[in-house]
Amino acid sequence: MRELKGLLGLWYRELLVFWREKSRIVSSLFSPILWLVVFGGGMGTVSHVEGVNYQTFLFPGILCMSVLFSSIFFGLYIVWDKRIDFFKEVLVAPLSRVTIFTGKMLGGTTDSLIQGAILLSLGLFFGIHYSIFSVVAAMLILFLLSAALVSLGLMIGALIDSLEGFNLFVSFLIFPMFFFSGALFPLENLPGWLKFFTFIDPVTYAVDAMRGILLHLNRFPLGLDFLILGAFALFFISAGTWAFRKLK
Amino acid sequence: MANPVIEVKNLTKKFNGFTAVDSINFEVDEGCVFGLLGPNGAGKTTTISMLSTLLRPTSGTALINGHDVQKDPAAVRRSIGIVFQDPSSDDILTGRENLLLHCLLFDVPNAEIGPRIKWALELVDLTEWKDALLKKYSGGMRRRLELARGLLHKPRILFLDEPTLGLDPQARENIWVHIENLVKVEKVSIILTTHYMEEADRLCDRVAIIDHGKIIVSGTPTELKTGIPEPKRPPEVLKATLHDVFLYYTGKQLRESGDTAEGGFMQKVMNFTKKNR
Repeated sequence: MRELKGLLGLWYRELLVFWREKSRIVSSLFSPILWLVVFGGGMGTVSHVEGVNYQTFLFPGILCMSVLFSSIFFGLYIVWDKRIDFFKEVLVAPLSRVTIFTGKMLGGTTDSLIQGAILLSLGLFFGIHYSIFSVVAAMLILFLLSAALVSLGLMIGALIDSLEGFNLFVSFLIFPMFFFSGALFPLENLPGWLKFFTFIDPVTYAVDAMRGILLHLNRFPLGLDFLILGAFALFFISAGTWAFRKLK
Repeated sequence: MANPVIEVKNLTKKFNGFTAVDSINFEVDEGCVFGLLGPNGAGKTTTISMLSTLLRPTSGTALINGHDVQKDPAAVRRSIGIVFQDPSSDDILTGRENLLLHCLLFDVPNAEIGPRIKWALELVDLTEWKDALLKKYSGGMRRRLELARGLLHKPRILFLDEPTLGLDPQARENIWVHIENLVKVEKVSIILTTHYMEEADRLCDRVAIIDHGKIIVSGTPTELKTGIPEPKRPPEVLKATLHDVFLYYTGKQLRESGDTAEGGFMQKVMNFTKKNR
């Protein structure tokens, strides 16, 4: 009960911060919309993929991209918290590190999901047709994806002490994760070495599932996508908890 | 005789062979203010970090309110309130939200949360500012809020790490009055670190001077002032201040090290000289 109360406290704090910094929402929507309108719109004039307009094909990929970026960069706030010493106040609370990690993780996941939901609703302008099932399933995929990636971001943030170091490390990670995920192109007919990297990228399975849910264009069975994404989420949550245990 | 609420025995912390705190011993009695004085890098913050369970001691024991810092850190954390050296409140939240968050993190009973926040705000005269974001607070107001926050879960012991660092004289005087009230009215015991001698002189019942990780001397401020041998002591005993005592025991050489838990600059120097020997 005590742990649950602490967890709610931490979550509440993250939501307040998110609410006060609404500019974060605007900036987080800017680049996905740019991708969709300019890149997707431009490419859409010359290409169709698997029977749909390129812009429509791109939409599920960009949705996952926006969650990828906002989730991993959430780890930056841990680096920041450590700097301003606010985190010490949390660390001396009589709470387990698992609780502290979970509170932060839920906070970050909520942020990403709110942004994801706003973007998802914009799909109406990009030729996506929704049903109750597809909205629920899409949000579930975004939840698993952001739980995994927020945990990854928090783990990196817990291990790195400087903001510059965090940015450097994350940009080496985040761009390959985006490009190898097949967010921009179909995964069929890729050369072998490229295929290998797409298989070890968690974002691949989110993009594939999202494309399946919204456009019926998945390569893997949906169940398999969910399973693999869930496994990645569990793995990164455990790794993040481990990193928080090591925090002073 | 009052009971000790803090008992420290042979407490030691080593970082890669550098001894930051070297087998220190002291006790703090209930209702007392105990001052830990020392130059930068002397081991004050490391000691506080160990007593508040943020750092594990290399050896030795410390009992806080009867609980061992290593065996029962959760019980220790419930017994203590801490005001850190650097601001540790969240400046994007309001004063009241910061206090509410603390209540949730420290499991203050739900029915008590409202009344305690009100009490704490009144205690440090911040009721009018409760709904302002902390960004709008001055340094002294932030300190006062952190002081109040440290008391919300009714700890028996309060840790103050450099409570008036960087504040102007008015704000310091104000914080001192609040600290004195806490001891008188709320009966908390306090352990504080400082390198402002007049602060220690005014607030502390006992002080210990720590340097290079060791306690060099301890006693009441008056004992220490009368304890300096004649040649070094100013002509009239009453004119000796803790400032004279401090410099007598720790010397006048400048310290370049930051008082960080890692040992900071000094540790790097030690590692460097070791490597190049």
